[in-house]
Amino acid sequence: MGQAIQAAEAVGAGTPPLLSIESVSVELPTRRGPLRAVDGVSLSLAAGRTLGIVGESGSGKTMLSRAVAQLLPASACLSGRVRFDGQDLTALSPQALRRLRGRAFAFVFQDPMTSLNPVLTVGGQITETLKEHLGLDGAAAVRRAIELLAQVGIPNPEQRLKQYPHQFSGGMRQRVAIAIALSCEPKLLIADEPTTALDVTVQAQILDLLAREQRRRHMAMILITHDLAVVAGRTDAVAVMYAGRVVERAPTRTLFRAMRMPYTRALIAAIPKLDAPPHTPLPAISGLPPDPTRPSPGCAFAPRCASADAQCRTAAPPLKAVDVGAHQFACWHPLAGAP
Amino acid sequence: MRGASDRSRPVAAGNGEAAPLLRVDDLSVDYQAGGNTVYAVSGISFAIARGETLGLVGESGCGKSSLARAILRLVAVSSGRVLFDGVDLTQLGGAPLRQLRRRLQIIFQDPIASLNPRRRIDDIIAEPLLIAGVADKTQRDRRIDDVLTAVGLDPALVRARYAHAFSGGQCQRIAIARALILEPELVVCDEPVSALDVSIRAQIINLLEAMKARYGLTLLFIAHDLAVVKAVSDRVAVMYLGKLCEIAPTEALFQHPAHPYTALLLDAIPRPDPDAPIPASLAVGEPPSPLAPPSGCRFRTRCPRATRRCQEEVPLLREVAPAHLVACHVPLSSAGPEAPRPR
Repeated sequence: MGQAIQAAEAVGAGTPPLLSIESVSVELPTRRGPLRAVDGVSLSLAAGRTLGIVGESGSGKTMLSRAVAQLLPASACLSGRVRFDGQDLTALSPQALRRLRGRAFAFVFQDPMTSLNPVLTVGGQITETLKEHLGLDGAAAVRRAIELLAQVGIPNPEQRLKQYPHQFSGGMRQRVAIAIALSCEPKLLIADEPTTALDVTVQAQILDLLAREQRRRHMAMILITHDLAVVAGRTDAVAVMYAGRVVERAPTRTLFRAMRMPYTRALIAAIPKLDAPPHTPLPAISGLPPDPTRPSPGCAFAPRCASADAQCRTAAPPLKAVDVGAHQFACWHPLAGAP
Repeated sequence: MRGASDRSRPVAAGNGEAAPLLRVDDLSVDYQAGGNTVYAVSGISFAIARGETLGLVGESGCGKSSLARAILRLVAVSSGRVLFDGVDLTQLGGAPLRQLRRRLQIIFQDPIASLNPRRRIDDIIAEPLLIAGVADKTQRDRRIDDVLTAVGLDPALVRARYAHAFSGGQCQRIAIARALILEPELVVCDEPVSALDVSIRAQIINLLEAMKARYGLTLLFIAHDLAVVKAVSDRVAVMYLGKLCEIAPTEALFQHPAHPYTALLLDAIPRPDPDAPIPASLAVGEPPSPLAPPSGCRFRTRCPRATRRCQEEVPLLREVAPAHLVACHVPLSSAGPEAPRPR
């Protein structure tokens, strides 16, 4: 618990955070006008810690992670700062960023079939990264690739190295993608829905693998997911996003035990409970997420919120802390919190 | 026929005194793939009583979608029978099959892909009525308005719009309306909520439950998410690599799983609770290829309890508790009311 608070409180904990996202906004041009995918998000993450980012489709969680890595579409307009390990990534040249990617931070994406190149062998894809970023020669790169595949739990790595992605199952492909991401010993791993395309028994194995490698390497991780159950046991802190903004951020246990934002509570309540008898009606959130090209002046959740009033519809609540700095939420009428 | 079911009483088993609405009897589905045979469904038997919801769970590639499609004759049945209200669908063709199909409908996983984006909602929902020969426009209009209202959409707002204008959750409501417009008796739901966001998923689950009550439906509810299946099912069947492992009343299956695979699935579910212990990964490996399923019990290659017998002899479904059937030589002994599973 204490550690978790420290993680969320990295800014105030003395040591500077590994990653700090400062007032980051991302706007994308669309035919219906500019779409504010990310709206003034500030977050920080200390080395070796895991931050969960939870939100539904269109909440901006993926765009935010792309903004961190400066991997936004060319047409996107980014404002704010991303500080990573003492450097302002938004001020770096494309060449400097290219040197940093892979070694400083790496990605694991949802669909390993599309993140791997189908016409290159798995070995070719891992050694390419090792040669490019670490300057290993061919033989050393192959040796390292075999080690990496073994570390992520792929049997017979020498043979598997010569195979193509389609010869691997979904779970094994994701292990390959993780091996590539880990190959240059990144300080930060951004896992964007890493298990959403996988079966439940495989999901558990991949999450275990990520946690084990994170501990072993003292790597920071951002775990992006739509599934609150995935972040519950595997993160130090969680940020909940809605309509491009962080609406609540807290150490993981605090978020689940004493959430203050009605959206967070509704999201947790909407998950079917394993201990509820069959045919128990679910407390569903009514309505639909807002149209991001038509932002409202007030709280984006107000049209779906039971406690919304006139203030909620006209003024957007700021994300702020009340008591301890670790727990922040954006709500004019927060829930009572811990009993 | 509708209304004959007694929904207030959960149906414990499909093989009760009344004839089941659907009986699947030793059903197999094979596909030919580049000279190989994929054994997608291998000798599956079960029954669903009128008014009952049978949940069907399993991982990708276990054959649950092939089973769903075979029941509706959307893929060819290799052997076995599908008895719907006593009539063997596998023996029907042409007009008699088309007549009977009005009473069976299916809802697919991807609501956006299952609707033609360039057609108006009006035309999408009217089409089943036209095929069924409802010639009277006034009558069609009334039924379209009724069903759209029932699924929570405003007919005046949606009927003239095109399918591409709707979100995933709205498209699933439209797909449900299309499935219900002919007032079917059996609806096969193939992963109906897995493409939807959490907040929308709960809405659609509640909607399906409400529609079941309103239209007196019998459901075969297929999903890989056990918590979702538990929320809607009277009984649950578990499939692995084309075979049925276990079938039991919902609470019995979740409290006392008898098949090691069911137990593995239950343990693997992440819980939305930071204090829930993360079980040491019991899962080993991934399902083998259905091109070459293991001999004997198909789960034995991943099973911590496998013995020599599991390699040699295919386990048959047998009853370990009332209405609780399991296909395992070494079932978990907790299958009984006295030893609840620790969480």
